[in-house]
Amino acid sequence: MSTTATNTNIEPHGPHGSELNYLNHSRGLWSWLTTLDHKRIGVMYLVAILSSFFLGGMFAILVRTEHVAPGSTLMGSDMYNQMFTLHGAIMVFLFIIPGIPAALGNFMLPIMLGTKDVAFPRLNLTSFYLWCFGAVFFVVALLSGGIDTGWTFYTPYSTSLGAGGVIPAVMGVFILGFSSILTGLNFIATIHMLRAPGMTWFRMPLFLWALYSTAIIQILATPVLAITLLLLITERAIGIGIFDPALGGDAVLYQHFFWFYSHPAVYIMILPAMGIVSELVATFSHKHVFGYKFIAFSSIAIALLGFLVWGHHMFVTGQSALAGTIFSLITFSIAIPSAVKVFNWLATMHDGSIDLKSPMLYAMSFIWVFTLGGLTGLPLGTMSTNIPLHDTYFVVAHFHYVMVGGTVFAFLGGLIYWWPKMFGKLFSEKWMVVSWALIFIGFNLTFFIQFIMGMQGMPRRYANYLPEFTLYHQVSTVGAWVQLIGFLVMAGVLLHSLMAGRRCGMNVWGATTLEWQTASPPPHENFHGTPYGGNLYDFQNIDYDEERDDYVRAAEPRQAEH
Amino acid sequence: MSEPPTTTKTPEQAPPPPPEHHQHPPYQAHHFDTMVQQVDAGKLGMWVFLATEILMFGGLFCAYAVWRANNFEAFDIGYAYLSWEYGAFNTLVLLASSFTMAWAVRAIQLNQQALCFTLMGLTLLGGVIFMGIKAIEYDTKFSAGMGPGIFYEAPERAVKYFAEHPEATEVAGVADSPEVADAGGTAETADAAPQDDASGEADGQAAASTNTNGTALPSGGEVAEQGIVERVERKTARHADLAEMPEGYYWKHPPEQLLQARPFFSIYFLMTGLHGIHVLIGMGLIGWIMLRVKQGEFNSEYNAPVDLVGLYWHLVDLVWIFLFPLLYLI
Repeated sequence: MSTTATNTNIEPHGPHGSELNYLNHSRGLWSWLTTLDHKRIGVMYLVAILSSFFLGGMFAILVRTEHVAPGSTLMGSDMYNQMFTLHGAIMVFLFIIPGIPAALGNFMLPIMLGTKDVAFPRLNLTSFYLWCFGAVFFVVALLSGGIDTGWTFYTPYSTSLGAGGVIPAVMGVFILGFSSILTGLNFIATIHMLRAPGMTWFRMPLFLWALYSTAIIQILATPVLAITLLLLITERAIGIGIFDPALGGDAVLYQHFFWFYSHPAVYIMILPAMGIVSELVATFSHKHVFGYKFIAFSSIAIALLGFLVWGHHMFVTGQSALAGTIFSLITFSIAIPSAVKVFNWLATMHDGSIDLKSPMLYAMSFIWVFTLGGLTGLPLGTMSTNIPLHDTYFVVAHFHYVMVGGTVFAFLGGLIYWWPKMFGKLFSEKWMVVSWALIFIGFNLTFFIQFIMGMQGMPRRYANYLPEFTLYHQVSTVGAWVQLIGFLVMAGVLLHSLMAGRRCGMNVWGATTLEWQTASPPPHENFHGTPYGGNLYDFQNIDYDEERDDYVRAAEPRQAEH
Repeated sequence: MSEPPTTTKTPEQAPPPPPEHHQHPPYQAHHFDTMVQQVDAGKLGMWVFLATEILMFGGLFCAYAVWRANNFEAFDIGYAYLSWEYGAFNTLVLLASSFTMAWAVRAIQLNQQALCFTLMGLTLLGGVIFMGIKAIEYDTKFSAGMGPGIFYEAPERAVKYFAEHPEATEVAGVADSPEVADAGGTAETADAAPQDDASGEADGQAAASTNTNGTALPSGGEVAEQGIVERVERKTARHADLAEMPEGYYWKHPPEQLLQARPFFSIYFLMTGLHGIHVLIGMGLIGWIMLRVKQGEFNSEYNAPVDLVGLYWHLVDLVWIFLFPLLYLI
């Protein structure tokens, strides 16, 4: 059986970690810093992004710990403003927007596509260095007095008062924006031009459809952020007078500009996550994805519709009722493609052979938590209910549900799913499940109660609160600490796997996409020979091979059942 | 869902192995299978990048539109101080440079190395002339006190200017200006035909400004006006002889109207400044490609980089084609 495996890509020496792979292809720090290999760039991004997540998380812990009692616990109000601003800015711009595309996408996209690298490898490295450069500016901002404007940098506070780090921080975001744009550009060109033979658009894995839709948003929306930030900087530095009412400007204009990017940005955050969930659900249900084309097109639909709804962040700014109504209606319509995905995932799972491994736990958590978070977007998108809920903890809970319960869960699921592929090592499934449980429970403890708090009127970004909210805040803070423990356990599991994990084969989970048809870790040029991209989600023909402790393609292809 | 029968392949039906290593052209990157693929990918990448540039300038154009809608007076007053002749000349220069750039691309496609180099040099020259004119314009503006934001001292200068040049207060409206009167300006408007276009403008503007009780800003009252003047005074470092004007320059509006025109100059400098930065980037790229042409790197088979840099230069030109009428002509 094993000798008749039909894949042309099997490493002659055997699939258990080839002698030569991208990690040992060349040695030395300089070879990493000047690499053009998308896999190495992906790994460097991963380290950078996980570090940012840790840093942003530390600010979150500080914010939540401050709230364990009313009044000042650890810090004064000014410092509190800095804490939530830094938490938001670091998490949004350094972690979640680059997150999945840069760390996982860079690594997996060319391999899943069946090609050797992205279309523009040097541009890829440039994107990475731009990310680093932007991060440096954040450090400069911290040293220049920090930022206390909220991650949204609303005018006129950010242009006239605000802490001293506003200009360096905004410059940092500007640079990070270009990192994002160039990554998106690279992915678009790669997907258009470098698909493997046999891989038509509708034979691409759904993760790639997700990355493609994300890339469209990245290239169209981020330049608008760039110009907004430039306007902000010049306003603050030399008082050009576009946003400052005292100089004849319009402060709400800033909000229009800002949200024109930042709403599509949230789809940059969620679309790749949904793509990962599609992959996980297919693999761990051992079943082809139900409604493949619907999921693919829904990604594009979400990307495009996302450009038309920015005003739902601004219902209370005095924009006209007509504008509000239109934004509200289109906001509702985005629920449709999102729901299409959820139903298709569930239909994929139905009658499948479900394997409750740790990545699947994250995928299933995503479906549940994202649905909840998405549903709470509806009262926020309705003008009448938005008014009492705007700027309360309800909003905070909503976006944490979709960004943490959504994107972070999917990111973690994808990370551990592809971990054996990237590093050739297995991790302790038991302890990974433990960390998942801690994170899941902690997450819900932290944020569910915030919906209630928000409906009771607890405003966001407030350093202090009325005594009647104390218990809610304490529950939320306990949840934050439980999450922290969960993340630390997970970090421990992954580090242990790197140092002492068991070697693994090509196809640990029995998946069908092309990255599982090459060695773990992959060779420098991704494949030996040219892969053929035709067998997407073809679980009928994947069998477990006892001898190799690996999944291989069946010798005689079986006909699909329908 | 029925799959076509050739979906799963045995090794015999797999696609042929790629050509022998090092049989590809020297300028083909290793991750591409054919030169056509590489060139097409490059073109797609460049066009996507141009789309991002358009989105970015689009944001600025949007700001222009909003500003103009909210502060029309600013534009009506401010644009009178721009020299449309300089702008028109710059437009022609950039158009010509786009022409030479396009010709340069054609030349290298026909393997005319020297011609390509010369034409790119001419394109570069066009860029230099453009930036030179812009430098002159900027210098004139700054010396006249019409810079962006805090560098805008026009109202103060006008007050002082009219105080020292009573004959200039012939411009209708200036004589009635309280600030000029305060500064010791004379009420002698007396005889002589005021300049037609200036007075025509000023008449209209004077009517508008007196209608609004002399408040200079659409959104503020006197308090806001005070605030700006104070801020400008506080932050302005240069206090050169405020009465001196560059050659051929003169104030056409009373100080309170000049105060209204402040936003116009902010947006003028923002838009032309960002555009100018892109011209400089384009010039750098052209210079780099010229070096590579000189080194014989391009020929009729391989000239994609020349083409792509040409595309960038055309975009820079296109943005100016929009900028020119919006700032100089209307």
